[in-house]
Amino acid sequence: MSTDVATRYEAVIGLEVHVELNTATKMFCSCAIDFGGEPNVRTCPVCLGMPGSLPVVNREAVAAAITLGLALGCAIAPSSQFHRKNYFYPDMPKDYQISQYDVPICLGGSLTVATAEGERRIGITRVHMEEDTGKSLHVGTSGRIHGADYSLVDYNRAGIPLLEVVSEPDVRTAEEARAYLTELRAIVLALGISDARLEEGSMRCDANVSLRPVGREAFGTRVEVKNMNSVRSLGRAIEYEIARQADLLDSGEAVVQETRHWNEDAGTTSTLRAKEEAFDYRYFPDPDLLEVAPAPAWVDEIRARLPELPAAARERLAGLGLPPERAATVVAAGLAAKLDEAVAAGAAAPEAANWLANEITGWCAERGADPSAAPIGGADLAELTGLVADGTLSTKLAREVLLAVLDGEGSPRAVVAERGLEQISDTGELERIVDAVIAEQADAAQRVRDGNDKAIGALVGAVMKATQGKANPALVNDLLRARLHA
Amino acid sequence: MSELAGRSAAELAALLAGGEVSAREVTQAHLGRIRATDERVGAFLRVLDADALAHADDIDRRRAAGEALGPLAGVPLALKDILCTKGVETTCASKILETFRPPYDATVVRRLRDADVVVLGKTNMDEFAMGSSTENSAFQRTANPWDLGRVPGGSSGGSSAAVAAFQAPLAIGTDTGGSIRQPAAFCGVVGVKPTYGLVSRYGLIAFASSLDQVGPFARTVTDAALLLGAIAGHDPLDSTSIPEAAPDVVGGLERGVEGLRVGVVREFMAEGMDPGVRARVDEALSRLEKLGATLVDVSLPNAGYGIAAYYLIAPSEASSNLSRYDGVRYGLRVPGETTEEMMARTRDAGFGPEVKRRIMIGTYALSAGYYDAYYAQAQRVRTLIIRDFDQAYAQCDVLVGPTTPSTAFGFGDKTDDPLAMYLNDVYTVPSNLAGAPAMSLPVGLDEQGLPVGLQIMAPILGEAVMLRAARALEADLAFDPAPRGTNALEGVQA
Repeated sequence: MSTDVATRYEAVIGLEVHVELNTATKMFCSCAIDFGGEPNVRTCPVCLGMPGSLPVVNREAVAAAITLGLALGCAIAPSSQFHRKNYFYPDMPKDYQISQYDVPICLGGSLTVATAEGERRIGITRVHMEEDTGKSLHVGTSGRIHGADYSLVDYNRAGIPLLEVVSEPDVRTAEEARAYLTELRAIVLALGISDARLEEGSMRCDANVSLRPVGREAFGTRVEVKNMNSVRSLGRAIEYEIARQADLLDSGEAVVQETRHWNEDAGTTSTLRAKEEAFDYRYFPDPDLLEVAPAPAWVDEIRARLPELPAAARERLAGLGLPPERAATVVAAGLAAKLDEAVAAGAAAPEAANWLANEITGWCAERGADPSAAPIGGADLAELTGLVADGTLSTKLAREVLLAVLDGEGSPRAVVAERGLEQISDTGELERIVDAVIAEQADAAQRVRDGNDKAIGALVGAVMKATQGKANPALVNDLLRARLHA
Repeated sequence: MSELAGRSAAELAALLAGGEVSAREVTQAHLGRIRATDERVGAFLRVLDADALAHADDIDRRRAAGEALGPLAGVPLALKDILCTKGVETTCASKILETFRPPYDATVVRRLRDADVVVLGKTNMDEFAMGSSTENSAFQRTANPWDLGRVPGGSSGGSSAAVAAFQAPLAIGTDTGGSIRQPAAFCGVVGVKPTYGLVSRYGLIAFASSLDQVGPFARTVTDAALLLGAIAGHDPLDSTSIPEAAPDVVGGLERGVEGLRVGVVREFMAEGMDPGVRARVDEALSRLEKLGATLVDVSLPNAGYGIAAYYLIAPSEASSNLSRYDGVRYGLRVPGETTEEMMARTRDAGFGPEVKRRIMIGTYALSAGYYDAYYAQAQRVRTLIIRDFDQAYAQCDVLVGPTTPSTAFGFGDKTDDPLAMYLNDVYTVPSNLAGAPAMSLPVGLDEQGLPVGLQIMAPILGEAVMLRAARALEADLAFDPAPRGTNALEGVQA
């Protein structure tokens, strides 16, 4: 929010996040959950909504819901209910979605996020379970349902379990919203219940945005914004929406309650559904399903198995000597476990963290892979940092070795041996090369002798070039200075 | 009529087990009876001659090889067209599902096949089980075998008519508000609605999920009990299926009613009942007393609200259950310019007037702002009715009363007055709302020669005592199940 707008209006933002679970099977049938492949192959009478088919709740999905609820400090309802949300849509096989309504499984928690102004606690209203829909493919020039020549539906996704996490309207800025989504995603990843990819839709975030004059208690008219598929677009969409609503209010116009679509390319929102077009979902308890009443002992068992959560992990990593920013990056990327492995194998935490947060994350990003699943073990990472620490590898060579390890060429030592990448720390051999370079680059050598210390760079560069980067740069520096200032 | 088509399921089973007849002979006898009579009765939407004979031959082969077969192996059965049969059209007597061939068998169908019961065909019904006369079928009319000018009842009218017309000794129906018991009463056969959850609903095309239950039709209580035994039991595919083992409903059938406390429901005996029905019900009560039962006057004070509650709950659930018939995945599709238009046109062309009426009632009852006044209120009435039953069963073992206020009515008599049609269910819906078992037993004829049904109700999972009381009364009454109307059907050689 521009400071100008912020002095007049306060934004009130609530976030609804859908998390697609990575359970082995769908929410109400035994179809496998997987991605890709032919359309409509992972379907059965239940997830196709065939006449006569009936849903049976997936226990693993309930466990995931309880896990997330506990991680967010929610109360787990002793008994919760599934409702039917009725509306006609071709990618919804039964033309109703089985979802939880007024008696969800998790109620009342919170999430603490770090912002530039310090920590803020965002309330969690509820976490509830529901089923995903299929996907429509609209064939025609527009690619959208209006104006399509025909549409095809793929029900492979239909019935995949979703958790919807609804926040209190406690978020005030786009920055807080981004921090909230980032932190929630880190928690979900730490719990291992979803791959939580915003770009691919396995995690989706809608924002309810309204403005009120600074100092006023009552909420303004709320607009729901959909279709943000990255943390960045969530922030952009909220900023755009705040500016749009502020303009309306400034010019004396009313904000219209509606659902708006975020257009990533244009950087704007546009009307998707007016309030009058909103569906009456005719919720009622699904008579095909019983109440979900998790045994207290089971909830306790899940609580006891909760992994370390990101906030705790960040604190612990900071204790290992990582700067807070770096600790946050490592945890957010789900790399804490790998770092622990490396440290256990003898690596210094800050060095190992550097590799993880930069090179390894980058390599994964290029391949669209999940950094936590990067094909390098903690022991290999420790070996790599060890080779740098003992002078065998320069940072530059270490990078090359790391990439080779990631590409499956073996352990760092094996790569070094295979490629002959040991740094040249043999003084005798380097002295010969240094002398040759000084002879070739007499001008530069003279400038150094004359006291222009910066000129030494060119000589170091020439030595490195002559050794194909394998010379130990510190040693080269020392040798050059010794020769030229003798 | 072939002699075999006149036999009960128990008799046929004994003949088959003793090797006196083959499953092929039994099947052929019934297929012949269907061929000879169904043009006038109209019980079947689809006769599965080839499948039935192939199954019968397979049973005969396995029996000859010494394989142990179930007690009903080789006995034929008529299946209501609301239960999914893999690869065989399952239409719910609706145009919207006219071409629908399910890729799977309902659990009940699978259990019948496992028991080697031979499915002769799929029977007519009110569209989506909505109706009390089978006149709401989109495809054909089914006549009452006792009087071909009258309805067989509904919604399972095809199944009750098939059994009454000796086309099959056994049939499967479904009962949401009386759809087994009322046609059983109209057709002079035995019809049982089991405890909700005793028989799996998986593959039963839903009308009202919290009320629907599959159950047997037969001409004898023993046959009905045998069939119930074959289909009952827990099914992990139905979350509302009762996890405990099904009660033994056959073992104690002959134990009589000595000492049994039979509650006579005051509200059911009070008003609205035809004198012909009243006479037969009174006679049945005296017989029960003579057989050693104690009659107890009991009250179900809230049962009178049953119809109102039922006609909110059932349409509400139906409005949601029937949403899936949208032309996208299976069944009828009427093209349109947009998806919405295609869906609307499909549903307009595919559903009959009664189905549309109930979808509209249900959609309204569930709408924002009306939910509490209608659906939620109806659920509260349901709770009160359950409490009434609990109190009644503190004083007695079973409850009795008429199944229907009148005997079978003529075609068209009530089609213009939905409310009059709905009132047919006045005595039957309370058991559906309570999830408790209830059945209809033929107890004689009224002055027009039409069968009268006595309803016997029992507490949850009280099927054994209910069927025992029915069996005792049946033995005492010696009701002849040969329909007068079969005069018109007789003279035809099967």
